Amino acid sequence: MSVQAPKAVVALVASVLALGLTACGGASDNGSGTSAANEKKITVYSGRSESLVKPLLDKFTQQSGIVVEARYAATAAMAGQLLEEGDRSPADAFFAQDAGALGAVAKKGMFAPLPDEIVGQVPETYRAKSKEWVGITARSRVLVYNPDLVPKAELPTSVFDLTKPEWKGKVGVAPTNASFQAFVTAIVVQHGEAKAKELLAGLKANEPQIRDGNGPILEEVNSGKLAVGLINHYYLGELAKEQGTTPDALTAKLHFFPNGDSGALVNVAGVGVLKKAAESPEVQTFVKYLLSADAQKYFAEETFEYPVVSGAAPPAGVPPLSELRVPTVDLNDLDQLEATIALIKDSGLVP
Amino acid sequence: MVTVAVALVPVVYLGVRTAEAGWARIAEELLTVRVAWLALRTLGLAALVTAGCLVLGVGSAFLVVRTDLPARRAFAILAALPLAVPTYIAAFAWRSTLDGFEGFWAAALVLTLCSYPYVFLPVAAALNGTDPAQEEVARSLGRSAWRTFTGVTLRQIRPALTGGALLVALYVLSDFGAVSIVRTDTFTRAIFVAFDLGFDRTGALVLSSVLVMLTMLILAGETASRRRGARYAHLGGVRRVPARLNLARMRWPAVLMLVALAGLSLGVTAVSLTHRMIQGASRPGAWAEVAAAMGNSLSLSLAGAALTMLLALPLGLLSAKAPGPSTTLLDRLAYLSHALPGLVIGLSLVSFGVTLAYPLYQTTWLLALGYAALFLPLAVTAVAGAAAQAPSILDDVARSMGKGPLVVLRTVTLPLTLPGIGAGAALVFLTCMKELPATLLLRPTGTDTLATELWTHTTVAAYAAAAPYAALLVVLSSVPTWLLTARTGILTRESSK
Repeated sequence: MSVQAPKAVVALVASVLALGLTACGGASDNGSGTSAANEKKITVYSGRSESLVKPLLDKFTQQSGIVVEARYAATAAMAGQLLEEGDRSPADAFFAQDAGALGAVAKKGMFAPLPDEIVGQVPETYRAKSKEWVGITARSRVLVYNPDLVPKAELPTSVFDLTKPEWKGKVGVAPTNASFQAFVTAIVVQHGEAKAKELLAGLKANEPQIRDGNGPILEEVNSGKLAVGLINHYYLGELAKEQGTTPDALTAKLHFFPNGDSGALVNVAGVGVLKKAAESPEVQTFVKYLLSADAQKYFAEETFEYPVVSGAAPPAGVPPLSELRVPTVDLNDLDQLEATIALIKDSGLVP
Repeated sequence: MVTVAVALVPVVYLGVRTAEAGWARIAEELLTVRVAWLALRTLGLAALVTAGCLVLGVGSAFLVVRTDLPARRAFAILAALPLAVPTYIAAFAWRSTLDGFEGFWAAALVLTLCSYPYVFLPVAAALNGTDPAQEEVARSLGRSAWRTFTGVTLRQIRPALTGGALLVALYVLSDFGAVSIVRTDTFTRAIFVAFDLGFDRTGALVLSSVLVMLTMLILAGETASRRRGARYAHLGGVRRVPARLNLARMRWPAVLMLVALAGLSLGVTAVSLTHRMIQGASRPGAWAEVAAAMGNSLSLSLAGAALTMLLALPLGLLSAKAPGPSTTLLDRLAYLSHALPGLVIGLSLVSFGVTLAYPLYQTTWLLALGYAALFLPLAVTAVAGAAAQAPSILDDVARSMGKGPLVVLRTVTLPLTLPGIGAGAALVFLTCMKELPATLLLRPTGTDTLATELWTHTTVAAYAAAAPYAALLVVLSSVPTWLLTARTGILTRESSK
């Protein structure tokens, strides 16, 4: 009576095996199967999402003939993997979501300095002083708000105002997000540790609406469940794309803190080249491509981030980067995260 | 020995890394009020979810196996199906359906609804397989139905009960998806947050070592609660189906309860996914991409299940055929890494692969090894359970007739254990399909699976693009789930109808 089950198991295993073998066969064909000697191939670790990066990599391969083997994971896990691999890493380049992760890998001495012709294309603000990494796109911290719940006139002029009583229970925050940490570090750099501590304590005491990431905060502000939230500007573009509309047509609006306020920090996504690939012309071609007009335009249109190379048009629905009054924070300082993390942990905003 | 070595790779890695941190750092990281709260909350959640799963699992198993419930087979499949739903999908669905769905109780609810099949399946199989004679004796001696159930039936199915409960408790310790989405601070969430906050490997790994200690605590508890020698498996030629309880007026309320349970554990997720798919403008990649991801999911999970079963077989047979303190120890060691988050397992195998097994690094085999380290207990439990029901007297008879041990293994033990092996393989296969963090770290470069595609799309809010992958993941997972349900014997029609 229980004969059916094993039979079914055998059938399943057989069919899956067949499928699996075909899949494996397929994989080795587009892998190193063919003429490995004259095929140009580089390995890129990407802390950025595959759905954003892959179309661009395909374009790059089409133009240059260089095949990119890309590995995708969250930026923090990817940095962890690189640090664990050390000198034996198969990676040639690391394309990371934020400057802090690049700084952490650079600190272990795993990146080679990039040639001047590459770093020279990017304003000093958006690259490593040591030339070990270079920014590819920029993003601003913003306050997203729902105009039905908060009239434009009542928006705060400084992020520090959010600790005031009128914002009690109204502010969405994602304290585990790397961008939030960069923002806190920026406050430490700009105003000192005491002030950062004060802000975190103030936020915590003001019953913040803590979320797991920027996306959920934006969704709730847009639907009217939340009044305001601290996020990155490009999330608005992502949500608009998913809803099949433009950023301007969404209910949620962006507020850029004026006058160089810490709340308007501009951070970058960037790339570093590992030491073993320092001399590789293919890898340099790749980094140059990321800074090319083509790729910069792609980022502005598809990911709604700011291009960092001058001349490229800004994304839709936001003021151009040059008009933002960004705080004077050196992104190189963002790798000094230990103090920030201790502050965030002590604040009780995270587990 | 090899088997246990695989399971211990992550633990050794943790030990080395933690020791590197130095005592001062360890003390600074661990001896805090925060860690004490985390430990309490994590254990509390594990206890609550385990209790919930026991109630739901035993309750639905009893209704399905031992009563005259209408549409019993359909309900059996519905009760097993939540196993096919990854907790991160379920939590996400609940969160986007209910405002303010977060915190300890929310996490407990989602985890209970997703994990109760771990109890339902073995208990249903045990209820179906036990000899009704004892219960009949108890009833004839004047015990009430309820006292018979608690005093006789529950005792008979005890190994299934504790085995399932153990899997649930350990799963709760390792879960990240659900707790992070509904924001409950458990150890695993703290470990992930430590990674995200400044890429703090040391802090994260020191915290993980506490998780290993909590696992030991739970394992010790379970071992202590075991009673040896009491097995009542029925070994006769013709199996007797236990008499079914007539539900009478309770029939429809019972049906209603099971329907409600299915609605909560499956319906919410299904409705929410459909809603996202219809609303969103993003679209998944070409069908070729979806098919490739599906092929990879299947082949990687198959490799993982095959390797895990290969490693689990000797350990499972040993613990069934030669029980003793040393076997118990080996068996328990296999559980140690089961409660570690996939991220930690992933990093430990990255380190192992890079330093000791470089040719395997970023190949299917290292990932399969990672799956084995994570899911070995699922397989060992299944093999041991099946081997225990194959009477060792048969082995002895074969041996006494002059057959060598290998011949006995091949001709007697393995055929008798085969259904159990099949069930274990199906369970491991299913769990491999859903696994994400270790898969991301260990997969061959360029290999996408259904789980990684799902992740990649949800991180950029492209929910409509993600939905087909989620749906496919659930549908494909339901095949092994169906096999598991069939294995319990509930689905077979009685010969004497």
